[in-house]
Amino acid sequence: MRTLIALLLLATATNAPSQTLKIGELNSYKVFPAFLEPYKKGWQLALEEINAAGGAAGRKLEIVSRDDGGTPGDAVRAAEELIAREKVDVLMGTFASHVGLAVANLAKQRKILFLAAEPLTDKIVWENGNRYTFRLRPSTYMQTAMLIPEALKLKKKRWAIVYPNYEYGQSATASFKKLLKQAQPDVEFVAEQAPPLGKIDAGAVVQALAEAKPDAIFSSLFAVDLQKFVREGNTRGLFKSTVVFNLLAGEPEYLDTLKDETPEGWWVTGYPWSEIDTPEHRRFRDAYQKRWNDYPRQGSVVGYTAVYSVANAAKRAGSIDTEKLIEALKGLQMPTPFGQILWRPIDHQSTMGAYVGQLAQKAGRGVMVDWRYADGATYQPSDREIRALRKE
Amino acid sequence: MSGSAVLLQFLNGLAGASSLFLVAAGLSLIFGVTRIVNFAHGSLFMLGMYAALALEPHVGFWWSVPLAALAVGALGALLEALLLRRLYAAPELLQLLATFALVLLIKDFALWAWGPEDLLGPRAPGLDGAVRIAGSRFPEYDLFLIALGPLVLGALWALLRRTRWGILVRAATQDREMAGALGVDERRLFASVFALGALLAGLGGALQLPREPATLAIDLQIVVDAFVVVVIGGLGSIPGAFLAALLIGEIKAFCIGLGYSEFTLAIEFVVMAAVLVLRPWGLLGRLPAPRRGPGALEPPLAPPSRAVLLALAGVAAGLCALPLATGGYALVLLTDILVFAIFAVSLHFLMGPGGMLSFGHAAYFGLGAYGAGLLTLKAGAPMMLALLAAPFAAASAALVFGWFCVRLQGVYLAMLTLAFAQIVWSVVYQWNAFTGGSNGLIGIWPAAWLSARTAYYYLTLAACLAATACMWRMLFAPFGYALRAGRDSPLRAGAIGIDVRAHQWAAFVFAGLFAGLAGALYAFSKGSISPEALAVPRSVDGLVMVLLGGVHTLIGPLWGAALFTWLQDSVARGFDYWRAVIGAVILLLVLVLPGGLGSLLRGRRAP
Repeated sequence: MRTLIALLLLATATNAPSQTLKIGELNSYKVFPAFLEPYKKGWQLALEEINAAGGAAGRKLEIVSRDDGGTPGDAVRAAEELIAREKVDVLMGTFASHVGLAVANLAKQRKILFLAAEPLTDKIVWENGNRYTFRLRPSTYMQTAMLIPEALKLKKKRWAIVYPNYEYGQSATASFKKLLKQAQPDVEFVAEQAPPLGKIDAGAVVQALAEAKPDAIFSSLFAVDLQKFVREGNTRGLFKSTVVFNLLAGEPEYLDTLKDETPEGWWVTGYPWSEIDTPEHRRFRDAYQKRWNDYPRQGSVVGYTAVYSVANAAKRAGSIDTEKLIEALKGLQMPTPFGQILWRPIDHQSTMGAYVGQLAQKAGRGVMVDWRYADGATYQPSDREIRALRKE
Repeated sequence: MSGSAVLLQFLNGLAGASSLFLVAAGLSLIFGVTRIVNFAHGSLFMLGMYAALALEPHVGFWWSVPLAALAVGALGALLEALLLRRLYAAPELLQLLATFALVLLIKDFALWAWGPEDLLGPRAPGLDGAVRIAGSRFPEYDLFLIALGPLVLGALWALLRRTRWGILVRAATQDREMAGALGVDERRLFASVFALGALLAGLGGALQLPREPATLAIDLQIVVDAFVVVVIGGLGSIPGAFLAALLIGEIKAFCIGLGYSEFTLAIEFVVMAAVLVLRPWGLLGRLPAPRRGPGALEPPLAPPSRAVLLALAGVAAGLCALPLATGGYALVLLTDILVFAIFAVSLHFLMGPGGMLSFGHAAYFGLGAYGAGLLTLKAGAPMMLALLAAPFAAASAALVFGWFCVRLQGVYLAMLTLAFAQIVWSVVYQWNAFTGGSNGLIGIWPAAWLSARTAYYYLTLAACLAATACMWRMLFAPFGYALRAGRDSPLRAGAIGIDVRAHQWAAFVFAGLFAGLAGALYAFSKGSISPEALAVPRSVDGLVMVLLGGVHTLIGPLWGAALFTWLQDSVARGFDYWRAVIGAVILLLVLVLPGGLGSLLRGRRAP
């Protein structure tokens, strides 16, 4: 114990102020490695580019990265370490919603800027939103709303729903039902399945959905659950007569694992990395492929853009003071691989969008076709609703 | 549900039951004979999946299955010979710690070898389509699995009933010491049983490949499911495992078929709790023979000597003085360590002197944390009141659950604690309006005068010292002696007028109370609380802390909590493959210090 304390004392004594902008990055690298390794490569690339161009606000960028263990308790400790020992200027990262919310809550308590890169939960900018927390990725609500126009065009009456039984799936389902019902009052929800996250009993779920004879299915399954659902659905012929809308399934992280099982014609949100030919995306993709000898995933774009967001905020603020950074981020417009985004002052959500399209197979691989970019600015509830949720 | 839907869901249930049975059969064998709580069984299953996936491009799916099973079986034999064999003489439960270390090592090995992405395996050639049953398409491969389950059951039954090896295995399952006394070579028997169990795990994994992708998260999922099946069926009973798998498979399929899919989150634990309350040894299990011989005797617990007390007082004084030197992260980490020390000491109270193994102690930690959060956020209670009241929420749950648990013994008792913990977890996880669901409760900060790191550290330190002193005092009061008497010899203790069950029940409640205190302190130190606080990994962490420290020492849990928390913190920062590093450290400690860290400081008294 004594040596332990001595070690701790030693470790806490070794930090000195320096002329850098220090970002404390934390994420669940060991729990969600498939998503977060590309994310890490993304932020590393951005870091190198920014520093090669001379840094931001006259300072070099430095990133101290930590594994947050995938639980809120450990993540809060990791964040405390970044704040207290590493004396970081900004916190960035997190993946799962509950971890993101816990760190956002700490950021408010410790009065430090937190850029939540990945978490999807609506609450992090709405019900539990706070002055110090900003979120980059399009939220569950936004991504659900992006699928609504296509869902309405089909004029299907009988809908079945399947979602992983936790907050993301529940709020995606609630938003979808609400938005669809508003625009198409005669819609009927004929079945609802909520398998445990990561443990779907796909055969039974597919059977139960087929039994309800829906015209269309809305799903927010992802990762393992999605793969099992797709395979069982293919074998049992569920998708032959039923059109499926699935959040996130077009993201390479999830789509690439499906290979020759990829179900044709599904409407999804995602990232067709090989087909986006805008100059800003081409530049990013080339740089990424050159640096890592691998193609970018959704996470790569998120990691890359998160670091640029911090750097651009520092440039705009001309300072690394937390309060000035917050003011600079609010209303910041900046280019990203997906085009221009705005950091909304009202709820600290970026307007980064996602691509909506249909799945298809090309040479035994899943791709997105007929896609469009859905700008995140378009898919938002009214300001009044947001103010009510943020209790402002 | 229409008639055809009932038939199809019944078939789905059978297919699920077959896959479950294949994993559980191996675990039941190992468990029944060697009494090893093999946490690594799910890891062997996972290795079976990955091995089959790696072999499939070269030899085709159907050859990859037996080859993967054999490879995992061989690995099992190797693990038994190199590691577990050294631990049979060590205090009980140490093997549990060793297999936990294996889980960590195997997980990181799989990450290193096969990468992070979920790998969807091939379809089984020849059985990749569907057949029409009652107007719907049903996968051929599922029909194959439905047939395979009973075949494996039959083969195992024949092996156990018709061969000499089987007779010896059954003898050892029923009464290990007696079999040994009659000249059965335990070493060879154990090695062969472990290898066969591992082979079955590998087989189960390989056969699952056409149904689900290989992922790194499957190990712990599977092992918990397999334990549930084994315990419902009765330890060591292969037909029992089959029956239990059938029961769970069908119940799950019909929950989904009837539109109650939310119930599948914890349905197997509800079934397990119900079965254990009605049949304390599982469906087809038998009352195990009592443990005899030197291994069964716990060394008497001595009050800490003067020197130890002085040393502890020194450490406490050092901890009190620490904020003079630093106000930074050291205090945050030490706050966590102190919280977990209370948690570990309370678990030790139950496991060591109480003699009741718990796999679900996190329930009380979590209920304390949620109690504090709910009192603060929903009732608007002041922080100190919430902190003092929250442990009683945990204690009242312990009062109810304990009443059922103390009626059971050994691993059955442990699994019932797990069942209750999982039921509580699933309620907390899904009750969005009250507990915040999977996101939990946000914004539980201490009162202003305690919000500085230093102030909160002192609060935790004071609570830890008081709680530890209180529990130790209880152990050397007549209550503690009576509790240990009940553990060591329930019959004799009963004969001299001690109400053994009442003492155990009281110990259960006290352990819950202090775990609740740890949870409440934890909630206020983090500012938020989520369902992980009462999930399985938290319970396992507690077990690891107690076992690392040494279950038969008094101060062991304190060291265990400090070491494990510190390791997780510092190793996670220093190494990419930090799980493997922690696993290796634990393995090393298990082999070098079988008595735990606590035995290092104070030599254990000879039994």
